[in-house]
Amino acid sequence: MSASLALAGVGACTKQPPEKIIPYVRQPEDLVPGKPLFFATALPFAGVAAPVLVERHEGRPTKVEGNPQHPASLGATDAFAQADVLTLYDPDRAQTVMYRGEVRGWGDFLTASRSVLAIQKTKQGSGLRFLTETITSPTVGEQLQLLQKDFPRAKWHQWDPITRDAARAAARQSAGHAADAVYHFDQADVVVSLDADFLTVGPGHVRYTKDFSARRRVTDDKKDMNRLYVVESTPTLTGAKADHRLALKGADVEGFARALASALGAGGGAAATTASAESAKWAPAIAKELQASRGKSLVVAGDYQPASVHALAHAMNQTLGNVGTTVTYAPTIEVNPTDQVSSLRDLVQAMDAGQVEVLVIVGGNPLFTAPADFRFQDRLAKVPLAVHHSLYYDETSAYCHWNLPMAHALESWGDARAYDGTVTIVQPLIAPLYEGRTMHELFAAFIDAQNGKSGHDLVKDYWTRAHGGKVAGWTIHDTAGAPFKSADSFWKHVLHDGWIPGTAAADGGGRMTDGGKAGDASANRQPASTIQQPSSAIHQLSSVIPAASGASGGLEIIFRPDPHIWDGRFANNGWLQELPKPITKVTWDPTAWVSPRLAEQRGLNEGDLIELRYRGNAAQLPVVIVPGQPDGSVTVFLGYGRRRTGRVGSAVTGESQAFDVYKLRSSDALWFGDGLEIAKAGGKYVLARTQEHHLMEAPRSLSIVPEWEYNGYKWGMAIDLSSCTGCATCTIACVAENNIPVVGKDEVHKGRDMHWIRVDHYFAGDLENPEMYHQPVPCMQCENAPCELVCPVGATVHSSEGLNDMVYNRCVGTRYCSNNCPYKVRRFNFLLYSDWDTKSLYPLRNPDVTIRSRGVMEKCTYCVQRINAARIESEKQDRRIQDGEVVPACAAACPADAIVFGDLNDPKSRVNTLKAQQREYGLLEELNTRPRTSYLAALRNPNPELESSRGASTTEH
Amino acid sequence: MDPKPATYEPPPLIAPGHSFASVTDKIAAIVLSGRQPMGWFIGVTIGFAITMVLMGALTYLLIKGTGIWGINIPVGWGFAIINFVWWIGIGHAGTLISAILLLLKQGWRTSINRFAEAMTLFAVMCAGVFPLIHTGRPWLAAYWLFPYPSSMSIWPQFRSPLIWDVFAVSTYFTVSLLFWYVGLIPDLATLRDRAKRRSLQIIYGVFALGWRGSVKHWDRYEQAYLLLAGLATPLVLSVHTVVSFDFAIGIVPGWHTTIFPPYFVAGAIYDGFAMVLTLAIPLRWMYGLQDFITLRHLENMAKVTLVTGLIVGYGYLMEAFFGWYSANTYEGFMIWNRMTGPYWPMYWVLVFCNIITPQWLWFRRVRTTPGLLFCVAMVVNIGMWLERFVIVVTSLHRDFLPSAWGMYHGTIWDWATFIGTLGLFVTLFFLFIRVLPMISIFEMRTLVPEAKVQGAEGH
Repeated sequence: MSASLALAGVGACTKQPPEKIIPYVRQPEDLVPGKPLFFATALPFAGVAAPVLVERHEGRPTKVEGNPQHPASLGATDAFAQADVLTLYDPDRAQTVMYRGEVRGWGDFLTASRSVLAIQKTKQGSGLRFLTETITSPTVGEQLQLLQKDFPRAKWHQWDPITRDAARAAARQSAGHAADAVYHFDQADVVVSLDADFLTVGPGHVRYTKDFSARRRVTDDKKDMNRLYVVESTPTLTGAKADHRLALKGADVEGFARALASALGAGGGAAATTASAESAKWAPAIAKELQASRGKSLVVAGDYQPASVHALAHAMNQTLGNVGTTVTYAPTIEVNPTDQVSSLRDLVQAMDAGQVEVLVIVGGNPLFTAPADFRFQDRLAKVPLAVHHSLYYDETSAYCHWNLPMAHALESWGDARAYDGTVTIVQPLIAPLYEGRTMHELFAAFIDAQNGKSGHDLVKDYWTRAHGGKVAGWTIHDTAGAPFKSADSFWKHVLHDGWIPGTAAADGGGRMTDGGKAGDASANRQPASTIQQPSSAIHQLSSVIPAASGASGGLEIIFRPDPHIWDGRFANNGWLQELPKPITKVTWDPTAWVSPRLAEQRGLNEGDLIELRYRGNAAQLPVVIVPGQPDGSVTVFLGYGRRRTGRVGSAVTGESQAFDVYKLRSSDALWFGDGLEIAKAGGKYVLARTQEHHLMEAPRSLSIVPEWEYNGYKWGMAIDLSSCTGCATCTIACVAENNIPVVGKDEVHKGRDMHWIRVDHYFAGDLENPEMYHQPVPCMQCENAPCELVCPVGATVHSSEGLNDMVYNRCVGTRYCSNNCPYKVRRFNFLLYSDWDTKSLYPLRNPDVTIRSRGVMEKCTYCVQRINAARIESEKQDRRIQDGEVVPACAAACPADAIVFGDLNDPKSRVNTLKAQQREYGLLEELNTRPRTSYLAALRNPNPELESSRGASTTEH
Repeated sequence: MDPKPATYEPPPLIAPGHSFASVTDKIAAIVLSGRQPMGWFIGVTIGFAITMVLMGALTYLLIKGTGIWGINIPVGWGFAIINFVWWIGIGHAGTLISAILLLLKQGWRTSINRFAEAMTLFAVMCAGVFPLIHTGRPWLAAYWLFPYPSSMSIWPQFRSPLIWDVFAVSTYFTVSLLFWYVGLIPDLATLRDRAKRRSLQIIYGVFALGWRGSVKHWDRYEQAYLLLAGLATPLVLSVHTVVSFDFAIGIVPGWHTTIFPPYFVAGAIYDGFAMVLTLAIPLRWMYGLQDFITLRHLENMAKVTLVTGLIVGYGYLMEAFFGWYSANTYEGFMIWNRMTGPYWPMYWVLVFCNIITPQWLWFRRVRTTPGLLFCVAMVVNIGMWLERFVIVVTSLHRDFLPSAWGMYHGTIWDWATFIGTLGLFVTLFFLFIRVLPMISIFEMRTLVPEAKVQGAEGH
């Protein structure tokens, strides 16, 4: 009795959790406190691997870099990869297993699922459905095959709102089997884009940017440059790089493609008559040029165009002899390529018919992203048991019975394939922060043979077998082409490099089991596709053309994923929310893009809220007037209007619920359709833009004091504006590297964004069809810096290596330096912007960079922490820092290699080579600031035939 | 108006009928009788309430940071700097009246110099609030801007005009305070002698520094006062010159101009005299001091206002001319942007206030009608505040790169701080007229006929 009382007493006390600090008794191998380690892994995006190296400080990942050895990265990343590390530490991620809103454990779920699965087993799984996003993981592919063994009548559906159905269908038709077109822009002299934004979206865009800018780069010695024609329905960053850009309505692109194809003799005949006057002029000129560079040209169709346009592009490439040189068809990297709209349609029909008893939704947020006509929410309510495995508790989670937290990629073991097929291993950089588990582990729970296996075991087991030749389709060898010594050496090698050599499609990796000939999806190469396909596989190409033409009249609505929030999944990522969107430089909000002429006709001003009515549904969006937008089209961006998201995603409130344009999107007009009505909704919406003025501005050493001599290092930077695409990856890489705080929409609107490197955007020429230029602007590190002169306390001073240093500790915050900076690159902590309260964000921060407090000025440092790290290394070895040893975060992440940094005292350094080019100039050089960051002027390579007509239409800007 | 300029006799400096005794009685009584007009109570109450707004705004500022204001990148300076320059400028008239007019032997300064000097001190106090609080970390700026022997051997950066400003303003305040205090000593002795209450006798006695009115005292006093006047005279020119360097040293178009020093000094005197008029006109009415602050005083001050106003107008003209004549893209754009950019109303209201309005002062009727004069002075006060707004904000908001352009709007906290300092100024001023003679008693006595009868030269 007394014992039980004593126990009760112990139980009643909530004991302070023990917080022991333990020094390393045995130091882990390679771990030196204060020195980061880098690990190769991958961050799957839309199922496709983004290969990265992740910087880890004392066990916590802080910064993402590209994997320089991986063919899909070559050291570069995109903005999403950079921002993923913030998602990892997001305190609003799904943290625990929940059942009907109550916290449970994984054990509860597994117990519950076992009984449900037992029932399903008796019916061969006929009531069991899986809904995933696009999957390229071969391990998961095999798991789904095993699942099918256990549940032969279970079905697997896939839905990704930014689906590539058209590209998939057309590539299958062209190649004769499920295939992906892989482009080689470094081989192409002439590129024609049919509404393809290949520099910023889609698998491989990072590598494509590398290749494209490599082919485009002009030096004083090498003057030939590729030529890019872009026909597009919405201004994009690819369009901004075009030498000739034609704005057409989304539906008219096909007409142009047909005209071009018939001019090339590649079919397309009949519809050529629909071509507009402008395209009539364009098509012959482009065709002539394409003919002239047979085998060295490339026609690319955009993912948002119907399969017919893709088919025309493929036909043109075929006719031009480009197949095999600038474009190759490789077996698809997807585990089970399928027409995702049909796949989801089948699912909702089955749900409606009550055939779905257990629905397991793995990733994605279909309740938010499904086409409006699928009425996913109503139908989900009819499913007796719905399970959602997700990174966040989102709209879909709220309607599912079980919510399972997903592990973040940086906490996971897994695998995914890059755009070219290279298998890339996902390895964890940190133990799961919450109770998340991976997709692999979830599927293993449903499979008898794999029950209880860890993610590590699943992945390692699959690839060890593949290495041993026990899984069909893989020919694995090391980078030199020789087989690995042992399975153990193979695995170590793979984890070190992050990818498996020999698995690229070009190397025959993932070859189809039947030798690559079969065109039928069910006989596809990878094991996974043996799971029963949804009945309506692929439409005939003709029927994929949007049926929206039925609802004619009104304007054309064009749907695009938000450039930074994507399909809505990054709504809670402050870095991406605050990253200025391309061209408009709007942060935190979606916008509807209209052309200047349409705005004038309808009396619309920037920031006016308009109501968009389309097929009986309505949404509201603030207007932005975008020169270069086709007159009859309004582009809207998916992803905003989230109803359930975290503290960041719900930071912008008010009208934002009406911003959900998924409500307007239907399954037969996923990307564009006619019949949009717009009307002023009344009222203005405040848009927080980091740049309000987009017109170009019109506008050497004078010193009586002897020049300072830099005897040691003399750092400098050159930025090639011909290469820069304006993707803003540099900005977000800088945010991640330098602990730059997120300030929120209100502060951005007040003009207090904190980005150390901004990407300025300019329109030039005719506003109907403008040229667009981008210019990344970091601190110029002026030799004759106006900021240094005016600081009363000497908090900004010149270093002996030419850097304009900012001494945070000494700064009292007069802001005079910023006033006197002609480039306005200085950033001030007007309030306490650094987040000191959210504990989960502590480990995110780069320990090499000070967290700035309130009242302090800050700015680009040329990543001085990286310079110093290299200096320590070089001094240990008693040598100078070598060229390329110091790479600032912006330069490292840049997919276009536009930013080059180095020592100006080293005559052979890359930066000196660039600065010696004729096109080098300093921004506002006439002020005698003598900027250390200089630019190489942007070049265009216009076709003289088209340029003459264009020149006539150019008006005063 | 009667066209008789040749026979025009200006009004006298002191109304007829006053004697030594009546002057002393009248002025000392304001302080010692303990009776104050209703206006004083109302003024002090409102002033004190507004001062509390200032305290609230400053407290919130220290808690949250300068982000509560409307400043941003590119407009890093806003109301704080505008108010600083405005207040400092106002101070100038006091020093000019007391020092320069003394040296120039302008007898009419006598009845206005005391409160004009007090105005200078309080204006500099109000101004002094801003350079400190506008910094991001005032607790450090409070001493890091001074050259103290730091153990780390870190000195201020002497090339920065902000450091020059620290010296200029602190020197100015010190000299103004000494000048004002030295001038007060004989009157403090008068108050000591006339006070009935023991406590007052002691307080005034301590501050009177043992003044007995001996010839030796008077001799030393005159010498000290003259020396201080000589010391203060260059300050009238130098302080606002240095303040103008805060801008002129910068490279921002609209700041980087050599015309700024004289233009700022003229503007300061212009605004300062307007402020003296703004204070003097209600005061003479409230305390019935029409005998001492006569229309002659008002007219003279109006004339100074007119002249400095014309200099300021010339400054605007030159600014616009050189915007065009320099053929510098940025300078040209700057002036065009001021006139037609988003802040165009500010510029044109400023032109109306500072160039058009003072032209009324050509008319004697306006100069000698206190009500009208008060209106003109008020408009000039507003205009000069707008001038600083135009210089600070419109220059910064669109400088070199269009991509970095922005807009600035004062927030409620900007206004609270600005209006709060007005409250502080009013409060200090009312306290001053309650405890000290607002007009110099002994100097007024030199103006009464008795002083002349005895053959003295005045002083």
